[in-house]
Amino acid sequence: MDRPAFDSTGNYLVSTDLRNTVNIAVALGRPLLIKGEPGTGKTMLAKAVAESLGLDLIIWNIKSTTKAQEGLYVYDTVQRLYDGQFGDHDVSDIKQYIKLGKLGESFNSEKRVVILIDEIDKADLEFPNDLLWELDVMNFYIPETKETITARQRPIVIITSNAEKELPDAFLRRCVFHYIDFPNEDMMLKIIKVHYPDMEKTLLDEALTAFYWIRSINGLQKKPSTSELLDWVQALVVGGISYKRICSDLPFLGVLLKKNQDFEVVLRRLQAGGVQRKASSTGARRGY
Amino acid sequence: MFTGLFYTLREEGVPVSLTEWMTLMEALDKGLSGASLNGFYHLARSLLIKSETYFDRFDLAFYRYFQDVETSPELAERVMKWLEKSLPPKQIDPDQRKAFSPWDLEELRKALEERLTQQTEEHHGGGHWIGTGGTSPFGHSGYHPAGVRIGGKSVNHSAVKVAAQRRYRDFRTDDTLTTRQFEVALRKLRELSYNAEGPKEELDLEGTIDATCKKAGNLELVWERPRKNIIKLVLLMDSGGSMHPYSRLCSQLFNAASKINHFKDTRYYYFHNCVYDRLYLDPYCMKNSSISTNEVLNNLGRDYRLIIVGDASMSPGELMMPGGIISWEEYNEEPGIIWLQRLFSQFKFSVWLNPIPGKYWQAFYGSESISLIRRVFPMFELTVDGLEQAVKGLKAKL
Repeated sequence: MDRPAFDSTGNYLVSTDLRNTVNIAVALGRPLLIKGEPGTGKTMLAKAVAESLGLDLIIWNIKSTTKAQEGLYVYDTVQRLYDGQFGDHDVSDIKQYIKLGKLGESFNSEKRVVILIDEIDKADLEFPNDLLWELDVMNFYIPETKETITARQRPIVIITSNAEKELPDAFLRRCVFHYIDFPNEDMMLKIIKVHYPDMEKTLLDEALTAFYWIRSINGLQKKPSTSELLDWVQALVVGGISYKRICSDLPFLGVLLKKNQDFEVVLRRLQAGGVQRKASSTGARRGY
Repeated sequence: MFTGLFYTLREEGVPVSLTEWMTLMEALDKGLSGASLNGFYHLARSLLIKSETYFDRFDLAFYRYFQDVETSPELAERVMKWLEKSLPPKQIDPDQRKAFSPWDLEELRKALEERLTQQTEEHHGGGHWIGTGGTSPFGHSGYHPAGVRIGGKSVNHSAVKVAAQRRYRDFRTDDTLTTRQFEVALRKLRELSYNAEGPKEELDLEGTIDATCKKAGNLELVWERPRKNIIKLVLLMDSGGSMHPYSRLCSQLFNAASKINHFKDTRYYYFHNCVYDRLYLDPYCMKNSSISTNEVLNNLGRDYRLIIVGDASMSPGELMMPGGIISWEEYNEEPGIIWLQRLFSQFKFSVWLNPIPGKYWQAFYGSESISLIRRVFPMFELTVDGLEQAVKGLKAKL
């Protein structure tokens, strides 16, 4: 490939599948739709892509009230009304009341940028459909000024979704899709090493064993995710916990579990049998 | 190219469209598959499949289409080298040979190929992996045909193999719901919230400003429909003995439902096997925390949407006879089926969700009562697909 390809960066590890998918999306100029469990680094991906390719990142955070139009441009009628009333501006020039939204900004940028449309499923059901044309041809028309904004450099569009809502088919047809799996133990070990390179290995192994054991318990309302594990590992280090105690006492469990019921479930299981070690898991980790 | 795969996918029920297929062709043109089956697998999946719920079907289709495909020459060559190295001439005693006799060299080679693709590095002297040193399982017939499938953790290099693993089976929507799927499925109920009914009674501030501006400052009021939710929901849930296998499933449903505050009102009631003259306020179904069914019916307007969750499996007597109620201390004047019909006619929209998979409805011990109840309520499976259909039913205008 002639253009620079995306790869893992200093603080973001990417699986081969995901890396290939990102590069496919970039090469085809299609929006990349990322789904996955919370805490698998969907939002971080966009930052990593921008960093890895040396591009600027524009983030468009979607809320339940966000409308597609806002991403393109906003016509500030209220300001114009005020100005018209007080007469201290020339209100005939509509252009000064047109403010570009995040998507409009990314089209208008001199350089190629990465635009992250974060948590698109939060918005109204019709939201993605309203952006179809703009994401396809990368331009839009502002009727107020009779202007067409066309992307100077086709931005790399990354969209994340937590699957709160189904996205419309027409929208999906145009995307490249990737589902981020929850990292397995080997990958997790690498991820932690990226964040805490000097972590003691015995402590890490114990923490990971306990973590995956907790995740394997059925009936948890909220399974702990990567970010919680990272916090927990740090808490263990700061608290000066000996690795021997990790699996037997599960110290600082509140960092991993956020629900009372989950707490009780895990403690009950801990008293019943304790952390189950898989014979194979340690062996596999040694090979790495 | 690979047009057969397109049709295989569609046969598996994957909604692939021509647009996506043409994108794949474009990507292949640009050489994005890296000229390997593995690259093609990921390329095709990321372009054709837009939801993890279809990953499993994609895997199935991919496996079906490519299972007989030739291994690439370079791989075959590597395997041959491995084969030469790892099969030192060795004496095999007849017993061991016997166990292995149905395997010809061709098959053995194929198995080796498969194992090779799982192997990430050289393993010399190991008992499992292909390795030199003569202790390889292939060298002395210690090989078990099933071993290849069980394989190590790092299977990543053969697309067909990955496909055959079906790692995404959990995400299929037609399986019974698991925790994660529950949340997603319940969020589908949110669709209920969007509603075109109701009068335009809220001042649209932005619209007003817009319109006033367009009229050069002459006030022009614009009204819009309030975006409030007017959907109300009643959930009736069976907590009888035969529901025990599904109790976790159901409690998850209720947990999740109570978390969703998008509905204007949600009511929960419980019943034991069938609805009679009293509904219970908690799953223990004790008389001291119960409420008269008639009272509930009178208090709830026709605009409530009714969802009943239950296995609908009981002896027909419980349904058809006065006094059929399962608890000894109680007696019902009217048979359960009358109560069910009463419920159905009370609400404009109602569905029954059954945790028993639909294919057993005809052949389960409760088949008789299921078919009786299905004459009253539209019944759906308690799966993502079923829930989706049910939501459609709840939204439909009569």
